[in-house]
Amino acid sequence: MSNTVRSQTGNDWLRDALPRIVLSPSLVIVLVFVYGFIFFTFYLSFTDSRILPSFGLVGWQNYSRLFSIRAWGIAVDNLLIFGSLYIVISCVIGLALAIFLDQKIRAEGFIRTIYLYPMALSFIVTGTAWKWFLDPGIGLQAVVRSWGWESFTFEWIKDSDMAIYTIVIAAVWQTSGFVMAMFLAGLRGIDNEVLKAAQIDGASNWALYRRIVIPQLRPAFMSAFVVLAHMAIKSYDLVIALTGGGPGTATELPATFMYSYTFTRNQMGIGAASATIMLMSIAAIMVPYIWSELREKK
Amino acid sequence: MATNASSNVIRTGAGARFVIYAILILFCLYYLLPLYVMVVNSLKPLDEIRSGGMMALPSQWTIAPWQSAWSTAQIGVDATGLRPYFLNSILMVVPAVAISTVLGALNGYVLTKWRFRGDTIVFGLLLFGCFIPFQMVLIPMARMLGLMGIAGTVPGLIFVHLVYGIGFSTLYFRNYYQQFPTELVRAAMIDGAGFFMIFRRIMLPSSGPIAVVCIIWQFTNIWNDFLFGASFSDFDSQPMTVALNNLVQSSTGVKEYNVHFAGAIMAALPTLLVYIVAGRYFVRGLMAGSVKG
Amino acid sequence: MGFLDINNATKSYGSVKVLHETDISIEEGEFLVLVGPSGCGKSTLLNMIAGLEDITSGDIAIKGRSMNGVRPADRNIAMVFQSYALYPNMNVGQNMAFGLEMHGVAKSERDKAVSDVADLLQISHLLDRKPGQLSGGQRQRVAMGRALVRNPDVFLFDEPLSNLDAKLRVDMRTEIKKLHQKLGTTIVYVTHDQIEALTLSTRIAVMFGGHVQQLGTPKEIYDNPANIFVAGFMGSPSMNLFPATIGVENDGAVARISLADGTIASLPFAPGNQMAGHDGKKIILGIRPEAITDEDGADRKSHAIHRIEARVEVTEPAGSDTFVVSQFGGKEVTGRFRADVDVYAGDIFPFAINMEKAVAFDPKSEMRIG
Repeated sequence: MSNTVRSQTGNDWLRDALPRIVLSPSLVIVLVFVYGFIFFTFYLSFTDSRILPSFGLVGWQNYSRLFSIRAWGIAVDNLLIFGSLYIVISCVIGLALAIFLDQKIRAEGFIRTIYLYPMALSFIVTGTAWKWFLDPGIGLQAVVRSWGWESFTFEWIKDSDMAIYTIVIAAVWQTSGFVMAMFLAGLRGIDNEVLKAAQIDGASNWALYRRIVIPQLRPAFMSAFVVLAHMAIKSYDLVIALTGGGPGTATELPATFMYSYTFTRNQMGIGAASATIMLMSIAAIMVPYIWSELREKK
Repeated sequence: MATNASSNVIRTGAGARFVIYAILILFCLYYLLPLYVMVVNSLKPLDEIRSGGMMALPSQWTIAPWQSAWSTAQIGVDATGLRPYFLNSILMVVPAVAISTVLGALNGYVLTKWRFRGDTIVFGLLLFGCFIPFQMVLIPMARMLGLMGIAGTVPGLIFVHLVYGIGFSTLYFRNYYQQFPTELVRAAMIDGAGFFMIFRRIMLPSSGPIAVVCIIWQFTNIWNDFLFGASFSDFDSQPMTVALNNLVQSSTGVKEYNVHFAGAIMAALPTLLVYIVAGRYFVRGLMAGSVKG
Repeated sequence: MGFLDINNATKSYGSVKVLHETDISIEEGEFLVLVGPSGCGKSTLLNMIAGLEDITSGDIAIKGRSMNGVRPADRNIAMVFQSYALYPNMNVGQNMAFGLEMHGVAKSERDKAVSDVADLLQISHLLDRKPGQLSGGQRQRVAMGRALVRNPDVFLFDEPLSNLDAKLRVDMRTEIKKLHQKLGTTIVYVTHDQIEALTLSTRIAVMFGGHVQQLGTPKEIYDNPANIFVAGFMGSPSMNLFPATIGVENDGAVARISLADGTIASLPFAPGNQMAGHDGKKIILGIRPEAITDEDGADRKSHAIHRIEARVEVTEPAGSDTFVVSQFGGKEVTGRFRADVDVYAGDIFPFAINMEKAVAFDPKSEMRIG
């Protein structure tokens, strides 16, 4: 007994086909503009395209060249550093804030609103605010010095070795409130009777969270990981606004690399190859997730 | 997370509660800090910022940076201020949000109440389209917009956002309509209502909350987009985010931080307002787009 | 040809056949109940009559007109759903009028039809309310009202009482029966509750595993179940079923039953039986609880009351009766005794068995014998 309304096999063809007709524009759009384009870019990654698409096949040459380019190596390393710090710190802050907010806090709604508002902002706005706040000439360093601590130094954003961490700071600021909301929803979904039972068994608050509550937040951790990982790989706007990929190429990420090689340096074949690698890494995370989601709902 | 009054049964001592409140307030300051910096510095003259006074309230209040950012600041080659780009963003957002929401509602309706063989695969295809890195479509899309004759125009941007917004709006409505009792649709069929009549008279009147969620999500996403704006617009069709970035990154002349901050607030204001007015729906949308269920 | 004819209809989802070849025909004004456990195919069959599910093969006809390919809206049927399916955004009056509106009935006529039906069901005072403001019983009435307004050829009910609490369910059952007697409409009614089936119907189709196990009047189904499934499913407490062997004593057929203490009891079948031909055959004997009583409570009109002494295992006083449990043929057997009989667990007590009400089944085919 299916959960749906089956149309009648009548002679009225139009009536029966109407639902599919209504769906078809969206399906065509997605097939062409998502999957067709993915295929096109994938194809370009095996061609000698430079400033314009060209269809001369060159095999794996773009990929082998890509991995020999220093900037790409930096971009990948940066993504690993940025991605892991971003995910771990966001989860730690998000979980801690969620647990603290779940202690019958006064004005909880108000505090939640404050924690979450950065999610409503554009990364360009976030980037602008943090760019000047971290700028040694006028921002934090200058302020602290003007307060009398003359030797205070905070120049990460100008420092090739440290600049990538300023991106982590701004990105965590933007999304950790959202991660908090995910964990809070998970916490609210835990059966209170289980907690009461554990309290009667003599568990301390610490043991309660470590042994009972946090293990039950597995789905929330999964969701947070998938969302954050996918945002990390796609990160583009924030880098552009905050550091522009600099100093030099110190904060280059795959997304900025792809853009500059394709549109500024006219190496479209290499740009397409880097985009393909980005897609593959996102697919590796998203496909199992979507798959399990759709199967559950059957 | 609506009005979630039910807190857990865990009790904490007074000392622990003090520490918890202290930490929570500290994080409030952390999240509010950039907003504070933007607001106060957009209201003070440039030399107050330069002399290390970023954290201080303005000693001399001024709205000149706002006026400059809005109507006279140098963006690219012209000293037009952000006003024309703000208008571009509005012209882009309104149709893109409206059309993608309507299509999403219809798709969700078909995918849950008029199911057919392979509908789950269709939905899976739509869903995956939400999460692809858009770098993967930039090159062919640039060509396609050229072929369609809308490259570098606001209609071109509307089209792009529409195309990549359908997935999410379909996701919202599908998950919502899945909870909608199918027996109601069956009852309406027996009563003689057809496909569109059932949608209009039975489904739509109950779709208010999810429509709000979807509209807010699309509005926020499209307004805040930078990648498509940067890739597919010309000087006169740039959206707000791109113009703001141009303003801030411009390498010529003196860096007018106070004007940058005023511009940043302008770019943030529409989505912030939506968040303040309808934050509940915004959070619901975020969760529905990420969390199972 | 009847008013509603189901001819050889089947339903498959892919390779799974959920409804096997089904033939049912009922006359105008009949009350047909499709009863069976969940997953038996009864709701599928109802949805096929409604046109909400395709027919894989075969045919369904109403008033002699084949319904294959006819839209639900054009079948002149109305349906009451398990969840009531009231449109949440419309008030009661709009809910009831919606079907007429969709069929192009003029406003004045709609209003008249709605107010007539609302009077009949005593829901006139609810017409301006939204479904969310109604109690379960009121929603149930509105759902029926919405069906009645259409004045259809056939009413379809899909477990309409299963969401009500026990007391309300009994009241609404009576109400539906009254309504049927008053209006004389043709009804097809799906339920998993065998008491609803017995009390409401003029005809019952007992379904299991996608097959109609038996089609008949409530009395036929109750007294002469066609097989062990029907015997066990219909009636509460359900029919006692226990192994026995047929023998012949004094030219008459008897059922031999082994009792808990190892003795064998012989129960002669009622006069006119055809069991003698099965001498020596192992059978499953079926006797309803009300045919196993204390001696004074036995049916005086019966010509085949026989006595067995057996040990009482449990007694369950139920107010109006006392249910007494013993063991026949290694199976638990429940008898329905009068409430004031002095009987206690552990007693050896005489059980009076009315063999006129006994039925025998073949243990292999599970079908009725004789």
